[in-house]
Parts: sequence; C-alpha cells; structure tokens
Amino acid sequence: MTNTTSATKTESETPEPRDYAAEADAWFAENVPADPGFMLPLTFMEVGEDRQFEFLRAWQRKVYEAGYLGAAWPKDYGGRGLTEAHQKAATRAMRKHRGPILLNAIGLNWAGPLILDIGSEEQKRAYLKPILSAEHIWCQGFSEPEHGSDLGNAQLKAARDGDDYVLNGSKIWTTQGNYADYMILLARTDLAAENKYAGLSFFLSPMTVPGITTRKLKKLTGEYGFTQTFFEDARIGADCLIGGEGNGWKIAMRTLEYERGARGGQAGGYVSIPPDLMEIVDLARSASRDGAPALSDPVLKDRMVGYLMDMHALSLSSERKRIAPLVEDHPMALPLMGKLEFSELYRELSEFALTLLGPKAAYYVGEPNAADDGWWARSYLNAFSATIGGGTSQIQRNIIGEHVLGLPKTR
Amino acid sequence: MTTDISAALGQMGVSEEQADLLHVAAQFCREEWPPERARAMIEEERGYDPDLWRRIADLGWLGIALPEAHGGAGLGIGEVVPVAEQMGRTLMATPFLASTLAAQLLLMAGSAAQQARWLPRLASGELVGTLALGEPGDEMRALGENEEGGFLVSGTARLIEHAAAADLILLSVGSGANRRLAVLETATLPAGVLRRETLIDDTRRAFELTLRGFELPGAAVLRKEAAGPAVAHAELAGALLYAADMVGGAFRVIDYTADYLRTRKQFGKLIGSYQALKHPLVDAFIGYERARSHLYAAAHSFGDQERGEVAVRMAKAQAETAYAYAADRAIQFHGGFGFTYDCDAGLHRRRALYDASRFGDARTHRKRIADMLF
Ligand SMILES: Cc1cc2nc3c(=O)[nH]c(=O)nc-3n(C[C@H](O)[C@H](O)[C@H](O)COP(=O)(O)OP(=O)(O)OC[C@H]3O[C@@H](n4cnc5c(N)ncnc54)[C@H](O)[C@@H]3O)c2cc1C
Repeated sequence: MTNTTSATKTESETPEPRDYAAEADAWFAENVPADPGFMLPLTFMEVGEDRQFEFLRAWQRKVYEAGYLGAAWPKDYGGRGLTEAHQKAATRAMRKHRGPILLNAIGLNWAGPLILDIGSEEQKRAYLKPILSAEHIWCQGFSEPEHGSDLGNAQLKAARDGDDYVLNGSKIWTTQGNYADYMILLARTDLAAENKYAGLSFFLSPMTVPGITTRKLKKLTGEYGFTQTFFEDARIGADCLIGGEGNGWKIAMRTLEYERGARGGQAGGYVSIPPDLMEIVDLARSASRDGAPALSDPVLKDRMVGYLMDMHALSLSSERKRIAPLVEDHPMALPLMGKLEFSELYRELSEFALTLLGPKAAYYVGEPNAADDGWWARSYLNAFSATIGGGTSQIQRNIIGEHVLGLPKTR
Repeated sequence: MTTDISAALGQMGVSEEQADLLHVAAQFCREEWPPERARAMIEEERGYDPDLWRRIADLGWLGIALPEAHGGAGLGIGEVVPVAEQMGRTLMATPFLASTLAAQLLLMAGSAAQQARWLPRLASGELVGTLALGEPGDEMRALGENEEGGFLVSGTARLIEHAAAADLILLSVGSGANRRLAVLETATLPAGVLRRETLIDDTRRAFELTLRGFELPGAAVLRKEAAGPAVAHAELAGALLYAADMVGGAFRVIDYTADYLRTRKQFGKLIGSYQALKHPLVDAFIGYERARSHLYAAAHSFGDQERGEVAVRMAKAQAETAYAYAADRAIQFHGGFGFTYDCDAGLHRRRALYDASRFGDARTHRKRIADMLF
C-alpha cells in the first residue's frame, strides 16, 4: 500500500527528532533520580510535603536545563524552538525511564500555553521561562466555596482602584496554593454586567502580595495538596489583567481546553502517572483467588481484556484525532472526550486492582505488609482528583452532549 | 519490569485510498439509500436492489481487495472497511460483504485456473458470491473422493447470506485437517435445497443449505493445503467487515436518537435536556468513538501477523458492545414509538444482534485476546 499517513510514519520522516529522541533516551536513562526514600506524588495534585515539593522542583529544573521541556516553545521565551514531535519524543523517553512527574503543571500546561497564545510581549518575557524552570510555581483560582461546576457564577471581586485592582473573596481547592508564586485568577470586575459571564475578568495574579493567605486542606488520601485561598483587600497591578476586562469567561473556557487536553501548546512531559494495565495483569497472576491464581478466573480475564481495549482505544483516539479524514463527522468529539475517558478509566482500573488484593486490600500506604507499598489504594483515591477536578465527569458529559451531539442545554 | 505487549496491539493510520473511499462511499450511501429505501427493501424477497448492485460494481468496490490481474484494485481488506462502514450507516443490504469474502477465499485457496475463471467476474459484479464456512452445529461431510478430487457432499450449512441470489457458494466441507473448500455453482443445485431462514435482522437474507449426496466435481475443489489458512483469513476479514458495519450502524442510531432528543418535548422541555437521557447517549457516543478507533486501527494493521489479529478481535468486540448499547438505549429513549416497528431504533438493535453473531461475538474475541496476550 502506498502513501501511508500514519502518525508514526510522519514523525520518522523527519530525521532530526530521531537523533533528539536518542539523546533524550540516553539522558533520561542516566538522570532519572534514585528513589529518594520518601513517597513521590503520582500527580501534581498530590504534592503535600515540602521535601516532595523541593525534590520535584529540582527535577523539573534539571529536565528543563537538559532541553527536554518546552522544546516546542519559542527560543525567545525560554523554549528550544523545536517541534511538537521533538517534545513528544522527549516525553516518551521520560516515561520509558519512569521519571518522576513534573511539578509545575498549571504553569506548564494551562497558564503557559494561554500566555503564549494571548499574552502581551511583556507577559511572555516575564512568565514563560520561569514556568519552564520551575522558578515560578503557578496555581489556578477558579473554584469558589459556593461555585464550582457553576464557574460562571464566581463571585471573588476585583475592584479597579487607580492602577490597581483590589481583590476580595475566596477561592478553594487551589492545587499547590501554599507553594504558588502566581495564580491564574477568574474574578468579577463588573457587578452590574448584563449576565453572569460578562462581569468576569482574567488575571495573572501574584500570590505574594499582602492580603492573600492560604489554608491547607487535608485530602481524601490523608495528605495535603490543595488550599483554600483568601483575599482580603489584596492589591495587584492593573497590568495583571489578561485579555481585557469582561473577557474572563472566554479565557477561562480556553484555559479549561488546555487543561482537558482539547487544545495544544503544553510545554511537555507529564504531570501524573496513570495505572499500568500490565501491572494489573501481573497482580492477577500473583494474586490468589479461592486457591488458584486470580488470572485463571475467566471472568477477571474478560474484564482485563475490556480494560486493555479501552486503554488502547484512548491511545488510538489520540492519534486519530489528528487524522482529518477520520474525524470529519465531529471534529471536536475526540478532544472533548479525552479527559472524561481517561479519568473514569483510571478510576475503574485502580478500583479493579484493589479487588485483586484479597486481605491486603485492608492496608494503606505506610504499612509494610501492604502490596506495592499501597500504590493501588493511593491510585484509586487519587483517581477522583481527575474525575472531579477540571470539571466533573457529569459536567464533561453535559459538554459533549451539548457541543458535540447538539442536545439542548441542561440548566 | 512488566510485560510489554505494545508490539501486539493495532496501530492507527489511514491510507490515501481509504480516505478517498470513505468520502465517495459516504456520499453514495447517503444519496442512494435513504431510510425509506432500506425499509422498502425489507418487503422484497430478494432483499437487495440489482440496480444498486450494478452501481456498486461500477464503482469498483467488489474488487477493492483483489489483484489488478483479476480486475481488482490491488488493495487490501483494510480498504474495504470505509465502504462497509458507510453501508452500515444507512442499513444498506446487499451481498457486498458475502461476495467480498467469497472472493477472498478464492484468492487464498483457488488454483490459478479457478482464480482466472471466477475472480474477474466476481470483481465486476457479474457474479454474486457468498460463503458457507459452517456455523457451530453445521456438518457438511465429503464422501467417496474420486480420481479428479471430486466427492459427494451431504449435510447442512446455515446462515449462508444471499444464497438464493448468489451464483457461487464457497462451501466448506469437513473439518480440521480434512477441511476442504469448494466452489458450488448454485445453478447446478437441485430444487428445494435452500430454505430462507427467518433472521432477527429483516434487512438481511440468509439461507440454510441441505445436500444429500450432491456431487462436486474435482475442478470445483480448491487447493486442499490452503483451505485452513484461507478460512482463517476469511474469518478475520469477516470479523473486520462486520465490525465496520456495526460501527456505521452505531453512528447512525446515535444520530437518529440525538435528533429525537432535540425535538421531542415532555413536561414543557426538550427531553434531551434531561440528563437521564443525555448522559447515557454521550456514553453510547464514547463507545462508538472507541469502536471507530479500534476499527481503523484494525483496518490499518490487518496485514500484520499477530498485531492484525488482535486488532481485528478488539474491533469486532468493541463494535458489538458499542452498537448494542447505543441501539438498546435508542429504543428506550424513543418511548412508545421506540416499541413500534416504524422506529429505526429497532432495525438497528436487530442488526446489532445479527452482526454480533457473525464471525465471533464479543465474548469469544475477548477470550481469544486474553489467551494471546495474558
Ligand atoms: C484534587 C482536586 C484539585 C483541584 N484543583 C483545583 C484548582 O487548582 N483550582 C481550582 O479552581 N479548582 C480546583 N479544583 C476544583 C474543581 O474544579 C471543582 O471541585 C469541580 O469543578 C466541581 O465543583 P464543586 O467542587 O463545587 O462541586 P459541585 O459543582 O458542587 O458539584 C457537586 C456534584 O454535583 C454535580 N453537578 C453539578 N452541576 C451539575 C450539572 N449541571 N449537571 C450534572 N451534575 C452536576 C457534580 O458533577 C458533582 O458530582 C480541584 C478539585 C479537586 C478534586
């Protein structure tokens, strides 16, 4: 057959990324750090201790300085000016050698691409490089105690006062809020706007000004990782505004597209480690069920094949979404589905793994008798961070139903 | 380190020919086969439109996966997938799948003379072929082989699609190492040996064939040593093409249901605004998109040894799961109308059941995948 346009082929047709891939492979083989002797987070939402934070910050900096992060971002702003294919190759190498996650997820994946796309020249020069090097940690101030899914109703006030905005109110579930230097912030600048959306504006706000305080919140897993963030007459410069007053909703929606992987431009690497199905198969091989290896149970096998198919479908779909003739009916379907699919699948997979542990399912992280140091319990509980954070699975279904299938809105 | 099975999994990709066929087939099927035609055809004994058949033949689709030397396009079964998918979207019923698969058997196991005799006429649509590989419980036995390699056939074969209209039946006789394939010319059959079966899918036609000491000449028997691999190939190709039909059907039934949810009102609101309907329809849609990814990966990987087999089995299994769920919910979401014969949801649910039963159901394929990979 001639003229194959598979994604893999296109990549290998450009020889340069291949050399880069080989270099990256060698670098990660050499530089992935040894086990630090304390538990490393599986996701950026799990960073709860200072030693975890410092370790991951140093790791990100090292990856960046070696040239394997931000490879496709422009040179002027701290990137390497290469292509997405280069960055993908580096990320693959990082995964292959099981590098720890990158810390500065909100900077690398959401704030960064946003600033690259719509930021001013000054903003690009000020913010992008320190995002890559983890010098500046970013957090996201969208959700409020009373308004989560109904984000358009956010009430934190930003009142214009001369060259400043004065912030009053509170945000919640702020991932890495206690470590962050900056926040992407959705705030209400116009109380009299014609509708709830029109009154919103978007800020790149420093976290270090007087009047902003955080309180750590203990998570489902028993650790820390997010905060409630309070704003009491906190003053930030008017140049923190991005996209113009009153355009906050549009920009927030755009940010969520980066977050959910529906829009590209992310710096690269990964910020969470998903469960590996073949590890679950190994678990089933070694686990015993009613005196026999669990893997000999055809019911379990059937379910595992089902999971394998779903996992593989996800990776196939992530390639198919770039093949125009195969997505013509609904071009936005696959990008909008990704977050819902992987978050729910990881949750199911980890839960399934727990059912293979037998009596050891009674143990949690820290117990020497626990299987795999409690990895599966942690993985399962942490899985909810993705089914709830970034817009819940229910909200994702609303979005797909309304924007892809054209169904009438749910109010 | 855990086992790495990535080398055994299908890969995504699309050829230019596939993309072109997809475009042409989408338009052709949409224009030629609106829902009224699909319904009208249910009433006709033959079950397909000879005119439409001619048009399909003229487009070259019956020879897509046949060599140019025999009047084909020289492509692979993966290139038939977009056509089968688009036919599935419109519930089009013709002997397209049966004839394509029959030709594959001839291609794999026919002698040079047999290929030269039959393949060009199958590729041109002059002849209609079908196949009888034997469903569980079927038994076709060969008796008293003569010097030319011919023999007498007795037994029953079921679910032979379009057998009454077909000119050739590629018949499997015997089993295991003794399996043989033969070209049965329906013109030579005695009267009354075919019985139309009542299918759950009213848009399809299939027949039971009962033979008692029917004499097959040696010239009709395909190369014996090639029978096993040819059947394995045709079964995999069949699974792939029925998966394509189901993926097409799943798309259509979701679209059809979304339409209803956008227009039907109850309690003063469009019913699509109720999440009890919206969310399951989204889940059906996700199942469909997964199935389509598996389908095109299988189409792309079909020719690769182990990878191709795993990919096809995944495609068939996921297509069944997705189509069944989508069509099942479609009936429910149409309310009382969903329970009528007039609602297309029922046509789809019935076709999903029929297609699932052909070339291995989801459970069978998943079991094989487990045996291969775990
Ligand atoms: C680990 C973690 C990290 C997070 N990090 C951040 C962060 O860094 N910054 C930030 O701003 N936010 C963050 N969030 C917050 C997250 O975005 C919100 O929790 C989420 O959007 C849901 O809002 P809520 O918690 O107010 O729940 P609610 O909106 O009150 O939802 C409660 C339940 O109702 C359902 N529901 C609500 N509305 C609808 C509807 N219209 N249709 C159907 N069902 C509905 C929801 O699905 C949910 O099950 C994080 C959350 C988690 C879990």
